Amino acid sequence: MIELVLAARCTGCNDCVAACPRDVFDPAPDGPPRIARQADCQTCFLCELYCREDALYVHPDAGRAQPQDAAAIEASGLLGEYRRASGWDEWAEDEALRNQHWRMEDVFRRARGA
Amino acid sequence: MTTRLVHHDADVLVIGGGLAGCWAAITAAQGGARVIVAEKGRCGTSGVAAAAGPGHWWVPPEAGRREDAIARRMAAAQGLGDAPWMARIIDRTFRTLPGIASHYRYVPDDEGRIRHHALRGPEYLRALREKALAAGAIVLDHSPALELLRHADGSIAGARGVSRQGAGGDWVVRAGATILATGGCGFRSHLLGGANNTGDGLLMAVEAGAVLSGMEFSAFFTVVPAGTTMARTMIYSFARYYDGQGRLLDRPQGPHDTAFLAEALARGPVFCDLSATPEDVRRQLPQISPNVTLTFRRLGIDPFQDRFPVSLVGEGTIRGVGGVRVADADAGAGVEGLFVVGDVASREPVTGAISGGGAVNAAWALSSGCIAAEAALARVRRQGRRADTPAEGTGGAGLAQTRGTADAAEIERMVQAEMLSPMKQYFRTEATLSAARDRLDSGWSALPHAGLAGTPHARARRRELAALTATARWSTASALARHDSLGLHRRADAIAAATLPAHIIAGGVETIWTEIVPAGEQA
Ligand SMILES: Cc1cc2nc3c(=O)[nH]c(=O)nc-3n(C[C@H](O)[C@H](O)[C@H](O)COP(=O)(O)OP(=O)(O)OC[C@H]3O[C@@H](n4cnc5c(N)ncnc54)[C@H](O)[C@@H]3O)c2cc1C
Ligand code: SF4
Ligand code: SF4
Repeated sequence: MIELVLAARCTGCNDCVAACPRDVFDPAPDGPPRIARQADCQTCFLCELYCREDALYVHPDAGRAQPQDAAAIEASGLLGEYRRASGWDEWAEDEALRNQHWRMEDVFRRARGA
Repeated sequence: MTTRLVHHDADVLVIGGGLAGCWAAITAAQGGARVIVAEKGRCGTSGVAAAAGPGHWWVPPEAGRREDAIARRMAAAQGLGDAPWMARIIDRTFRTLPGIASHYRYVPDDEGRIRHHALRGPEYLRALREKALAAGAIVLDHSPALELLRHADGSIAGARGVSRQGAGGDWVVRAGATILATGGCGFRSHLLGGANNTGDGLLMAVEAGAVLSGMEFSAFFTVVPAGTTMARTMIYSFARYYDGQGRLLDRPQGPHDTAFLAEALARGPVFCDLSATPEDVRRQLPQISPNVTLTFRRLGIDPFQDRFPVSLVGEGTIRGVGGVRVADADAGAGVEGLFVVGDVASREPVTGAISGGGAVNAAWALSSGCIAAEAALARVRRQGRRADTPAEGTGGAGLAQTRGTADAAEIERMVQAEMLSPMKQYFRTEATLSAARDRLDSGWSALPHAGLAGTPHARARRRELAALTATARWSTASALARHDSLGLHRRADAIAAATLPAHIIAGGVETIWTEIVPAGEQA
């Protein structure tokens, strides 16, 4: 579930409010959006792709909230990993981060021993 | 308190902006129609394709290849397939999908070829949204539809719903044709991207007079790292599974290929070992499926070194099969002015009794979307929008209708206890199904109505609960009606008997009925 909106990074652009398919966030007049409906979060990680500031952190546990320490997450290097590995925005021209989704069928075929 | 009401007119209304709905919107808008897409979440991130990576059924028009592919799939469909529909979706997908290159950045493979059929979900759905907008479609995000509207002559006149963001309030769209693209129903399991797919379209269609087919093919569970949503299957093709004592589990092949995990999980924890994954695949994984890698990293698991616990996540009709019965070659719902596309429709014509996940479902979503959009457009050209003809709502349960006052969360838990139990679903018997039917019936009679639910969120949630419960009832009734095992439907108490291929048709809202219809005949 979504656990953190990091105020120190957030510009208040509200892109995550619009992008979240479960409408989990509420915009706040001055400041980062609020996680208003955490239990509605479907743990799809997509808000992270749409946050250019890498100010969001979603924990993989879909059933229970797992409160996170903002400073520890900031130091972990985990912020922004999804956007970077996906080659979005400023990573778009990085050869090493090119979309290799097309390999999937080959991997399945190898596993089947075909 | 007065509720804000926004009124729109359109040629074509598309309900649901996932894979199928976007292709429908693009096609209708490019054909010159005024198109409105009403999406519960956000068109571009919502739906099960957005967080996954759909491969599409892809067979070039080379000598004999399509005939062979269809013959193989017809055999797998065990008498329930429809070869002309298969041919239609192969052809449509092949001709249409490369057009997404206007908004999707294809990356060539190691031989420099573009594989048009394999797209990563977040980028694909973002591209579909942008392409729909570029074609002139109007997208209403965060705007769940609650019910269909109907003219006095029985034809569908549009829909009514609520807006969850901005000023909020109600919306009405009057349209000459309506395309339902609300996806399948995963019973609100933790399936990746599946929480908005609560069966709303199934309920709306049945209320409007459509019938369902294949709802018994809803026993489908996928392995995930325990407690997570990450139902991406590729990496598990190298998996070995162990029980709590470190004993290797036997892994049989077949349509229920996670049934052995269900049995093992009923006894205790199950651990997955991915150490057989080749080195190069390990390195490539972050750029094939970035969300798979990040899930492990955040859990502190090295998936190629550590054995990690797994669980099963239910998919219901999503990578199951059943849905609204497609009545004709236009993806019509059998109700004037209403079309069904993607997972809300029964995919028996293209996949029979087995799952269409992996290639067929996405090709079906794309193709049925395009085909329905063209038929919808032709209809509007013939009949006009009829925006001034009076129309009434068709919805009942979970809206204004007076009902019980049971606790909503309790009913949802009860529905899930039936539909998301791998043991109950993989090992169905007359006794377990009858008990489920009785519990679901009493849940249905106790459903709370929306009378006192003030906010748009709360009203949409009431309706979702009604749809979840209704879908569970149709699935259970259909499973009771099919006494033998077939494809995804396994009856542990089946008496082997050679029966002719037949569809189980279901319908009714207050009282559920089922009917056995021999394959090839109309209900
Ligand atoms: C993990 C995973 C991997 C998959 N991989 C493949 C694959 O490789 N190949 C393949 O062929 N298939 C695959 N599938 C299946 C494929 O993704 C689906 O068949 C396809 O997404 C169906 O498209 P759809 O538009 O019908 O449904 P969805 O994409 O689920 O979209 C439905 C939309 O309707 C909206 N909606 C629901 N109710 C309402 C309402 N009341 N009002 C307005 N909007 C509403 C939802 O918010 C959602 O956006 C996969 C599925 C999963 C879960
Ligand atoms: S998208 Fe990121 S920067 Fe923008 S409001 Fe959300 S958290 Fe803040
Ligand atoms: S993980 Fe998905 S559902 Fe949860 S807040 Fe982010 S976008 Fe919304």
